[in-house]
Amino acid sequence: MSQYYTTTDHFVLVPALMLALFGCAVLLFEVLVFPHPRQRKWLLLFVLLGLAFAGAGVWRQQNFLASQGIEELTAFGGTLTVDGFAIFFNWIFLAASLIVTLISYRYLEVEGEHHGEYYGLILLANCGMFFLATGTDLITLFIGLELMALCFYILVGFLREDRRSNEAALKYLLLGAFSSGFLVYGFSVLYGLAGSTKLRAVADALASREPWDPVVFLALATTAVGLLFKISAVPFHMWAPDAYEGAPTTVTAYLSVGSKAASFALLLRVFLMPLGAAREVWEPLLAAVAVATMTVGNLAAVTQTNIKRLLAYSSISHAGYILLGLIAGNETGIKGVLVYILVYTFMNLGAFLVVVALRRKDLLGEDLDDLAGLVYKSPGYAILMLIFLLSLAGIPPTAGFIAKYYIFLALIETRHYVLAVIGTLYVAVAIYYYFRIVRSMFLAPLADTGPLTTSFGLRLALVVTGVLTLGIGIYPEPFLGFAQTSLAR
Amino acid sequence: MLHPITTVHYLLLSAALLLVGTIGVLTRRNVVIILMSIELILNAVNINLIAFSRYFGDVTGQIFAIFVIAVAVAEAAVGLGILIALFRNKETVWADEIELLKW
Repeated sequence: MSQYYTTTDHFVLVPALMLALFGCAVLLFEVLVFPHPRQRKWLLLFVLLGLAFAGAGVWRQQNFLASQGIEELTAFGGTLTVDGFAIFFNWIFLAASLIVTLISYRYLEVEGEHHGEYYGLILLANCGMFFLATGTDLITLFIGLELMALCFYILVGFLREDRRSNEAALKYLLLGAFSSGFLVYGFSVLYGLAGSTKLRAVADALASREPWDPVVFLALATTAVGLLFKISAVPFHMWAPDAYEGAPTTVTAYLSVGSKAASFALLLRVFLMPLGAAREVWEPLLAAVAVATMTVGNLAAVTQTNIKRLLAYSSISHAGYILLGLIAGNETGIKGVLVYILVYTFMNLGAFLVVVALRRKDLLGEDLDDLAGLVYKSPGYAILMLIFLLSLAGIPPTAGFIAKYYIFLALIETRHYVLAVIGTLYVAVAIYYYFRIVRSMFLAPLADTGPLTTSFGLRLALVVTGVLTLGIGIYPEPFLGFAQTSLAR
Repeated sequence: MLHPITTVHYLLLSAALLLVGTIGVLTRRNVVIILMSIELILNAVNINLIAFSRYFGDVTGQIFAIFVIAVAVAEAAVGLGILIALFRNKETVWADEIELLKW
């Protein structure tokens, strides 16, 4: 260890460096270079540039791994590891950030809270997500998680004048910080078991112990509580509907896909590698959590009249389905989890994009009735929303079907028949509440004749998410292949 | 004759702090006190880390503890900032009165 910062270290770190650099630069530029509100569009361009540089960094890493024929590249003495898994998730995070950046411009103007900090926080949150997907050290993972979470606390409360936004931020912060405390307590016990914070060393230390060792169980239980909070699994889901409803809709969209995907990346890293040795302990626990999550998520969604709250409960239930893939745990299961997260990112973002378009100066646009008769006013939006909802429900030929198919296939391969049956039954419930939205859009008379709030970025984002949601469903092979090469090891 | 203080004692103290912090978060209704209880949990973590660090003769645990302290400060700063933003719109620090969002 003569050199502290090698070229490999730099190569691995480039995407995070770019995101952090541009994230901080946006904060400075807003004050020093583009102080006038009319110059905000240059700021937006600057943010897109930062995302492009980060994407280029990930792209070069991917090419390097492929051209050298190696599976992983470690840096900083094993603290960061770029492998297929990290690259897969980094693409998802960057795509989510890009789409959210594109749709935010008009929306923030309508809300009257258009500040440069918003974009800075999005880039910094994405930087935290990078460390969650790439980190293989307990300290790095914890810092990445907190970087992301702190940005999200502020973003959720971004509408300072809106009491609902304040409340959502406070509730999210209190429960989020509480769960982080539990998680890091679990990490400290893991460090105590291994004498090292490297995930691989922790895995070796746990493998040499009994799975039912009480200290291992303490570490497992506290870590699991923290992680399940982050993915909003029942019984730790209480923050999600409140945070989703109160946050600005663009932030809700980002929270529901970016934060969730990053938390699942962390969950997969921790549960498959270090805690993999204690699988017989956590498998029944997670199975119970997954069933409870699907039950509460799906049943509570049925009675909601606020679209954001309905989508919040639907996203809780999706977390349950993703957990099922981890419980199956074989190659198909993990591949199913990755495909599910990829698909979920685009279909859930798409659904929120339509909600973003409903917001006007004089209309909150969050009520189910605000969608009434949308097809008579803007048929394109209504049809795209239909595609997203079909996909969320898991109906072919959309992408959501492929995702659910692999989860259920893995459950049957590993003989978890009961879980497969429960999961399938809840799809029927999900179809009911998603079709409440569809019925409102297509069969109810037109309620609100005002125009939709739309912009070039929003239309572009809608087309991209729509094409991907249908495209992955009709021609899934390249995406399945991508997931296959990205399996966590 | 006093017994020497061993690593186990520190771990028990840390577990006790975790318990106190958890009970505080779950039962107290003043938001400021809830934030303080979260700090207790993070300090439990720090005691754990330092005790293990000393036990292994390994400096990593202390570095981890410094990071945890930094994060705790950032969390408190953001938390109080959000609380002030809320207080400007509705003058309360009682969690029971923060009730606009309900299922």
